Amino acid sequence: MRKAKTLLAVYLAYMLEYRAELFLWALAGALPLILLGVWTEAARGGEFALSPGEFARYFLMVFLVRQATVVWVVWEFERDMVEGRLSFRLLRPLDPFFDHLAAHVAERLARLPFVVLLTLLFFWLFPEARFVPEPGPFLLGFLFTLLAFLLRYLMQYTTAMLTFFTERAVSVEEVFFLLYLFLSGTIAPLEVFPEPLRTLALLTPFPYLVYLPAALLAGQKVDLFPGVWVMLFWGVAFLLLWRLLWRMGLRHYSGQGA
Amino acid sequence: MSAEPIILAQDLTKHYRVALKEESLLATLRHFLLRQYRTVKAVEGVSFQIARGEVVGFLGPNGAGKTTTLKMLTGLIHPTRGKAVVAGHIPWRREKAFLKKITLVMGNKQQLIWDLPALDTFRLNAAIYDIPEGEFRKRVSELSEMLSLTNKLHQPVRKLSLGERMKAELLAALLHRPEVLFLDEPTLGLDVNAQVAVREFIREYNRRYGATVLLTSHYMADIAALAERVLVIHQGRLLYDGPLAGLLERFAPYREVGLTLAYPLPREAFLAFGEVRDLEGLKARLLVPRERLTERVAEILKSLPVEDLEVREPPLEEVIARVYKIAPSGLSETPALEEA
Repeated sequence: MRKAKTLLAVYLAYMLEYRAELFLWALAGALPLILLGVWTEAARGGEFALSPGEFARYFLMVFLVRQATVVWVVWEFERDMVEGRLSFRLLRPLDPFFDHLAAHVAERLARLPFVVLLTLLFFWLFPEARFVPEPGPFLLGFLFTLLAFLLRYLMQYTTAMLTFFTERAVSVEEVFFLLYLFLSGTIAPLEVFPEPLRTLALLTPFPYLVYLPAALLAGQKVDLFPGVWVMLFWGVAFLLLWRLLWRMGLRHYSGQGA
Repeated sequence: MSAEPIILAQDLTKHYRVALKEESLLATLRHFLLRQYRTVKAVEGVSFQIARGEVVGFLGPNGAGKTTTLKMLTGLIHPTRGKAVVAGHIPWRREKAFLKKITLVMGNKQQLIWDLPALDTFRLNAAIYDIPEGEFRKRVSELSEMLSLTNKLHQPVRKLSLGERMKAELLAALLHRPEVLFLDEPTLGLDVNAQVAVREFIREYNRRYGATVLLTSHYMADIAALAERVLVIHQGRLLYDGPLAGLLERFAPYREVGLTLAYPLPREAFLAFGEVRDLEGLKARLLVPRERLTERVAEILKSLPVEDLEVREPPLEEVIARVYKIAPSGLSETPALEEA
């Protein structure tokens, strides 16, 4: 417990050194707010599964979920590897997985005031997005946001393990990001996907990273099952893959750059 | 040496596969489609033992295999072949108990968080190494005093001088009070004062806590000041393992005679007495075979207008350079010339 508290405290202090950058990073995640405008306008003139107000709420929640689940560990891991700093992390009696995780959680706390500020700004710009959430689904949405963050972190950390073999794992992550962008519900809610694509998307881990928590938070009617099982399946799969690649990676590691 | 060495390396070997690439566009395309590799023998059959509390210098030119050996002994990399036991553990198993007993300081790399005061990194390390709060405060106070760093702990690391940063690195690396210190060029790039301070600190740390130190350095003064025993590695093979004095005996069977003359003389005037290493104005420096030293000094005093004469050991740098020069032809097949 003391370990977690100290890690969070130190990384929070570190993140707060980058106040201006934090604001810009939060702003850089504003794509859903742009899409909010686009889809709300489109819904006013056409037949869609969601009303303009529902679109607005959904994309606002997508914005919040993405702010809460942003992960960059693959870039960090690759930089550590190339610059020879990974060796220091490997010499500590703490798996770098938890070290980076603490930095991510601390960043989230440091980013919070900017996210609240941006949310208030968009409530003012898009009054149709304002709503009073029901506590039950909202809490469930909050829980799934947390799970989405952990799954996304685990997926990207597993990708980061490829750095042991290629040193350019970021390229693999960029391919993943493309799939994430389209299948997660960031560009459009899954309700507007053609049925076959929607079925297919729901078998991948991506909708559980954005769509499911955002829809729950926005108060939409969503079926939790079998989605939860799919999420669990991917969680276990990536967990096993992470451990396997980690063990293989350590054998392969040559301590380059150090 | 005690019966139970704290560091044991037996036939330690590391081969790397390195991609080959020639210049030219065609070679680049070929490299992209079909890579060719060659094997680099970074470390080849290295064996030695180090007793608890020893300070051992690890010498070798760049690329000799020093750092690769240290990486194997700290468990960062797996050997291709061979065995190592450090503080009772096989390093590359990376058990937590092992990681808590060792430390690696690299002069060219830092673990301190750049934008925060060094104290924050220390606090982080204390939590990671399960050091209780009271003990943490005690150790920081003790080590910072030894390093004369007490009033620098609250300054962001980026504001510290290179010497202060290295001291803070040492403090961060030693907070968990490791039994074995692997120091890879800890004085790299430091000015003379900072070098002396770091050297003094390592000596004091070894004396106070009985820690074992394996130290690499390009500064012979570090080795001469700290290590009684040295390992010399070249092209991945261990050439020498023994006392520093023995290295001088073996590879420098001569003494250096420094002369101050009453008036300048040509180089030819000294040739009968030894090898002229330097001659500038009234100052001359000769290398004289050790077994003929008394006789040659007497001749010099009799034949040359000497105002002052001084007999010294040759500089360690020159001795080491001689070792490396001899090594490729004569010594590379010998794993160790002398046992400790």
